[in-house]
Amino acid sequence: MAAELVRGQNHPLSRNRIEIRISADAPIVAGATLADESGRVRDADGVAHPGAPTLPGIEVSRQAAAEHRLAVDLDAMPETVHRVSVLIALPAAPGRPLRFGALAAPRAAVTGLDGTEVAAYTLTGLDAESAVVALELYRRQAAWKIRAVGQGYAEGLTALLADQGLPQAAELARGIEEAVAHGLARSVPARTTDTDRSRRTSASASVTGPDLPGTASAAGSPYDVRTPGDSTGRPAAPAEGPGGTEPMPDDGRPPASDGSGGFPASDGPDRFQISDGPSRPQASGGPARPQDSGGPDDPAAVTPTGAPIDYTHPKRRQAPQAQAQAPAEAQAQAQAQAQAQAQAQAQAQAQAQASDAPEAPAPADGPAPPVAGDAVGWSMDERLYNQVWGMFEDLARSTAAFRSAVDFAESRLEKELDQALSDPRSRLGSAGDVAREAAQDRQAQLVDRARAALDRDLAQLTAESEVVEPALPPAYARWDNPVWHGYRVPTEPPMAVRLGDLHLPESTPLRIPMLVRLPLERGLWIDSGVPDASSYEDGGELRDLALRAAVALAARLLAVHPAGEFGVQVIDPAGAGASALAPLTGAGALDAPPATGAAGVTDVLGRLTERVDLVQIAVRGGASDALPPGLDTSRQLLIVNDFPHGFDDRAVTRLRYLADEGPDVGVHLLLVADREDAAAYGPLLDPLWRSLMRLTPVPDDHLADPWVGHAWTYEPCLVPPGSHVLQQVLTQVTEARTKRM
Amino acid sequence: MTVNMTKGQAISLEKKDGGSLSAVRMGLGWKAAPRRGLFGSRTREIDLDASAVLFADKQPVDVVFFRHLVSDDGSVRHTGDNLVGGAGQGGDDEAILVDLARVPVHVDQIIFTVNSFTGQTFQEVQNAFCRLVDETTGQELARYTLDGGGEYTAQIMAKVHRSGSGWTLTALGVPAKGRTFQDLVPSILPIL
Repeated sequence: MAAELVRGQNHPLSRNRIEIRISADAPIVAGATLADESGRVRDADGVAHPGAPTLPGIEVSRQAAAEHRLAVDLDAMPETVHRVSVLIALPAAPGRPLRFGALAAPRAAVTGLDGTEVAAYTLTGLDAESAVVALELYRRQAAWKIRAVGQGYAEGLTALLADQGLPQAAELARGIEEAVAHGLARSVPARTTDTDRSRRTSASASVTGPDLPGTASAAGSPYDVRTPGDSTGRPAAPAEGPGGTEPMPDDGRPPASDGSGGFPASDGPDRFQISDGPSRPQASGGPARPQDSGGPDDPAAVTPTGAPIDYTHPKRRQAPQAQAQAPAEAQAQAQAQAQAQAQAQAQAQAQAQASDAPEAPAPADGPAPPVAGDAVGWSMDERLYNQVWGMFEDLARSTAAFRSAVDFAESRLEKELDQALSDPRSRLGSAGDVAREAAQDRQAQLVDRARAALDRDLAQLTAESEVVEPALPPAYARWDNPVWHGYRVPTEPPMAVRLGDLHLPESTPLRIPMLVRLPLERGLWIDSGVPDASSYEDGGELRDLALRAAVALAARLLAVHPAGEFGVQVIDPAGAGASALAPLTGAGALDAPPATGAAGVTDVLGRLTERVDLVQIAVRGGASDALPPGLDTSRQLLIVNDFPHGFDDRAVTRLRYLADEGPDVGVHLLLVADREDAAAYGPLLDPLWRSLMRLTPVPDDHLADPWVGHAWTYEPCLVPPGSHVLQQVLTQVTEARTKRM
Repeated sequence: MTVNMTKGQAISLEKKDGGSLSAVRMGLGWKAAPRRGLFGSRTREIDLDASAVLFADKQPVDVVFFRHLVSDDGSVRHTGDNLVGGAGQGGDDEAILVDLARVPVHVDQIIFTVNSFTGQTFQEVQNAFCRLVDETTGQELARYTLDGGGEYTAQIMAKVHRSGSGWTLTALGVPAKGRTFQDLVPSILPIL
């Protein structure tokens, strides 16, 4: 039976008189080169081609054809020949394909003279190549073997021949072309010549298209974070975060491993899938982006001399034929993108610059330059959201790879040191020192390599962050982003909002925006009692900072919702937060002044409780139009400062009711509190604290990502000192609201 | 194109021109045996599972299987569990993708295994195959046919291991017994 070879596979030849049959679905040129021991073809006499079809031991066809039969007599080969490379190429003739990717995979078969197949190789995976080394026959200890090669050259015969060491590759390639053209003229009647090369090339470019990575993984977009990805019908594991670190942003997942070598702790027939958070296409590649410009200038040009060999994988870049057209198209694309961004978000000037970035040429070998909005989604908002989550996941995973490599290096070092110590031979002399040093070297080397891999990933993510940050809409942007200066009251609520920044110790200064979906599904708790806040001598300072973070967040939520669709109410029982609340009160952004005293607390909670209750009844009864006319149905954020100050038991119960039932009907909680203050309640309030997402006014590592569970350091988004952006934005919000009323 | 790799055959994943493969996929496909008899709805479903175990210096450091679909570092991804198999017409019912460039530096071997979770031996499985594919080109590197195999419920398919600067794929095809990959660890250790 004939052996079906894969690329790189070899096969012994049992006979020396053979035939090589090549078939393709269009006329192609077939030839062979005879190389010496070192793999070099000495001169043009070592090449059998249509212009010189017969060499000792081999004969090829005189013309291009869809079927070739090359007769080979290996016994007749000169002793100096050690390798015969069988090559195929596409003739450069008008109206013919320019790349093997446009044809079905050619097939090369080695047969005996009687036609029985010895081995065959189908050249799959060809794309932009126009010349390919299909097979090679080589001497191995006096016997001949055959190997499937499939090495293609996008630059054609010249590059192929030059790669074999031929000095006059370009001339020979031209000679072959001429001979073929001659043959073609003789054998094939000239057809209607389609000389519109540019049209053909652009058509072929659109057929090839860019290599779209991982379109299939669109299913696992970050939205799935609520219902963690169980695509197979198995129930997702109940998601309750581990006690120490608060899972973020929604649910954590049960720890995947029990620490013993990363194997899952549970085993048994009740197979729960680990709920994994959002996944997304790998960030390494990007769809539809201009690739490196290292290709040939114009494939139509007659045999460019000394063209570089194409070492990049054909699928990883656009077809060189397309590249003549590609820059223009890519530029147009990038501009269209820039316009789309500008329109969609009415962005400030800075963004136009950001979207200029993709037009810059890429370094020849590095990854493609990142582009803002390089993710799936229906809108730019959604694409940026997905991209940010993708960056978040990539950073989590890259860091996990780094940490596990470092841990492994350390444990291996320990083991080896122990061994060196326990080895009696090493107690005497310097053998022990040598062993110890070798172990330490091995550890240092592994850590260095891990560091290099992490640095590579960090560089890519940093570059991505540099284009993404300026392109973010207000809801996702830091307060120092120029987009806030061009702020306009939106007409639609955003899909998510930035709660702050996240980073890992390894990743500084790179910061990932912490975006959570709106409407918020959990209440927020800004902890004014961070345990290791000893640097803040005055506890009041921390409280003040916590309230300012809350105010910045409330202002952001107000600003990114359309006028009148989001309201903020404040309970400040002791009136201690008056100065921190000034931006909200000063701009008139609150519906009512902050409620103070026990009476104020009772009043506000009572009204909100009633609202939640009524809306719930209406929603359950399917009669949302039957609500009392005076009831404000806009979303509400309730800021509670200094909880539980001024709260009686009844108020606490109401607050818990709001925390549990509010989010579903548009009432959200933002608690500014020190848990210690509520210590008197004992464990009764634990469920309340757990139900809230804990944020901190100062950097603190308490948030766990949903994939690996690193402890991420959270930093709130604060308004830069001296900036008036908050007042400006809130003034606009208030104006828009008064106009509406 | 069917490429049947023989046991122990090694393929360098480095291309001849110096570039190397960047992604491989292990695909697994099978079909539940048709049931003859009155109660057609009581099908005899077969659940095969593909897993990948990452080893560093002969120590397992991470695993990708139906309960942990992505390795912590993100380099190895399982496309999701399939409990019943497909039509067995060549499509992969389960697949594991490996992004070789992103595999952590200390991981030097990745072992691919197939287990019969429902306990049928490979003799009872129909149209089952396992193949390794160069994900960038879609070219099949190796293919095993599992059905009609012996009285065993698992197979250690192949290993991808570092050699020099690149990776090498070695076909193993070692039969074993077990429900999930954990049961296979004793069988894996000798062939690392």
